[in-house]
Amino acid sequence: MEEKLYTIIVHSENVAGVLNQVTAVFTRRQINIESLNVSASSIPGVHKYTITAWTDPDTMEKVAKQISKKIDVVQTQYYTDDDVFQHEIALYKLKTHMLESNREVGRVIRRFGARIVDVTATYSIVVHDGMSAELTSMNEQLMKLDCVLQFVRSGRVVVTKSSFERVDEYLEKRGKKYEQRGV
Amino acid sequence: MTKEKISGSEALMRSLEHQGVKTIFGYPGGSIMPVYDALYDHLGKLNHILVRHEQGAAHAAEGFARVSGEVGVCLVTSGPGATNTVTGIADAMIDSTPIVVIAGQVGVGALGTDAFQEVDWVGLTQPISKWSYMIRDANDIAQAVARAFYIAKSGRPGPVVLDFPKSAQTQMIEYEPAEAKYIRSYDPVPDTDMASVEQAVELINNAKRPFMLVGQGVELGNAHQELLDFIEKADIPCGTTMLGLSALPYNHPLNKGMLGMHGNIGPNVNTNKCDVLIAVGMRFSDRVTGYLPNYAKQAKIIHFDIDPAEINKNVKVDVAVLGDCKETLRVVCEKLKPAKHEKWSDSFTTYEKLEYDKVINNELHPKTETLSYGEVVHAVAEATKHEGILVTDVGQNQLTSARYFHLLNKRSMVTSGGLGTMGFGLPAAIGATFGAPDRTVCLFVGDGGIQMTIEELGTIMEHKCPVKVIILNNHFLGNVRQWQELFFNRRYSFTHMMNPDYMKIAEAYGIPALRVMNRENLADAVNRMLTTDGPFILEAVVTEEENVLPMTPPGSAISEIMLETE
Repeated sequence: MEEKLYTIIVHSENVAGVLNQVTAVFTRRQINIESLNVSASSIPGVHKYTITAWTDPDTMEKVAKQISKKIDVVQTQYYTDDDVFQHEIALYKLKTHMLESNREVGRVIRRFGARIVDVTATYSIVVHDGMSAELTSMNEQLMKLDCVLQFVRSGRVVVTKSSFERVDEYLEKRGKKYEQRGV
Repeated sequence: MTKEKISGSEALMRSLEHQGVKTIFGYPGGSIMPVYDALYDHLGKLNHILVRHEQGAAHAAEGFARVSGEVGVCLVTSGPGATNTVTGIADAMIDSTPIVVIAGQVGVGALGTDAFQEVDWVGLTQPISKWSYMIRDANDIAQAVARAFYIAKSGRPGPVVLDFPKSAQTQMIEYEPAEAKYIRSYDPVPDTDMASVEQAVELINNAKRPFMLVGQGVELGNAHQELLDFIEKADIPCGTTMLGLSALPYNHPLNKGMLGMHGNIGPNVNTNKCDVLIAVGMRFSDRVTGYLPNYAKQAKIIHFDIDPAEINKNVKVDVAVLGDCKETLRVVCEKLKPAKHEKWSDSFTTYEKLEYDKVINNELHPKTETLSYGEVVHAVAEATKHEGILVTDVGQNQLTSARYFHLLNKRSMVTSGGLGTMGFGLPAAIGATFGAPDRTVCLFVGDGGIQMTIEELGTIMEHKCPVKVIILNNHFLGNVRQWQELFFNRRYSFTHMMNPDYMKIAEAYGIPALRVMNRENLADAVNRMLTTDGPFILEAVVTEEENVLPMTPPGSAISEIMLETE
């Protein structure tokens, strides 16, 4: 089956060791995680993991179910790029003398809407945020110009294009099912 | 008035008693000493069985859980004590067995320092347990233990690991008993979609050749009666998985035998002939399905399971009925039309006759001078009127006893199905004697497997556990040898076993024993074993190079069955 890049969103209780449990599901099947982002979610006590990985639809479904099965995981959803708004941030440390001597460097930065935030005699810091593909594209162009000292990107964060937060709905349903909240 | 303050260790004892625990399998050590000290004051209520190796504690807890339906408990120290239970935890995970393993840990202040006997216990066990949790603060004990037992036994059961640092064991706290009935991130029994119920009913009502696969889920869900009502109403022949062997009495007319690589011919062949395949509480293991692309392609498949992750995992199904099978079987059954499928049901008889003529007859009445596996198993089964508990180790002893013991009562099959753990048998049998003290526990084990956990004879000796140990001694790692014969050109690479004198070993442990080498003495020997109170070791010296048949060779469709090897 054809592999696609999936964005997997996991909501879990904020307890030690959940990340290990989530990544272990990928490890077991030897699926590489492309990017991973962990932060507090909009629900108190619930953390949100945004993971990207290449796999086929069938494996994706099984991986999602096996993550969901972990006791401390609240919910697991997965999306292709059509289903989400995604954003990522990149930081560059560029050679200042190249920025000055090669006008193409400045043009690339402007074309992608990136910003120069710091300039010293030796290096200049550039911030670029956007969709994953845009970040990749600007990186490729700057690399060709031999001006990059350091490059780092964040891994994506996403919001879904659907109009409701599924995890809220899920937790409400769970609460009703047992008519009891919390332990 | 200030409340009484007790130690974390004492709180653990009270929490276990609060959960109804009466039996603990364990082994003390440095990092669990405060707990063992507290246990000393609870010996009236908590029966602690001192095993001889921590692996034995985990398997004994499994054996206890399988036959009793209760949570098995084991208590070990940190580091090697904990890691020795890993095999048992993995075994319990894949075979859905509820156990709680409590291990000591270095004090919280020493975590991560490579302190003596420190191991990352939660990290190690997360991939092989249902839940792993460190009790860093003694105030957390009551809640953690309540959660551990709730998680272990609810939904699809499994092993839970508690990591208990020494600092929390000695911390003084005010104790309040706790309950756990709800965890918001954990839904043990998924909702049943009524549309799927209707679809299942429709498929079954219109089926001409329905066939049911009965798994351990029926035993775990205590759905024996619901299963009988279901299959009798719609006249559905069944095959059982190895773990589901005692979910349905062997002599029920609709029980057509065991599924899988060494199962019966009828259920395997008819899996690929039925028009509707109904799987209940089973997970389509590769040992049951054979080569997946050729598995039941002609059939509409309905899967009853409590674990959503099992749906479409190995076999794509047409209808998934999620939920507790005790409930879902009842709900679907109510809507079924009574039916008769006599011709279809009779189609199994032809295969039964074929199997009897080609395999079973040779096994039960062999022409060899030496004993066959099958006749030994059959003799014990007959003498116990098929009412005993069958515990097996792994390999030919397991496959043959699963084929020929024929179980009558529920919760009678204790075997390592998923993990295939050699060395499981002896300690699991010990656990079974505590889980079902009124029943006869018969263990079939090979000469290889018994040596993997032979130290547990010490446990049997000390506690006089009434295990009837039948060593099927062929001086080989028989199952590997069979594969070497069939698929590796008879190159017997390290499968011949040089064995100790088991009679002398039995004598050293003070366990009555007999060696039987020929047919004439078999019945008497079995009789002596069963009429002797307490443990007994019966060493049956069997044919060295016997093969377990029928066999679906690896990579073959489940209906492509080898009946002879010559």
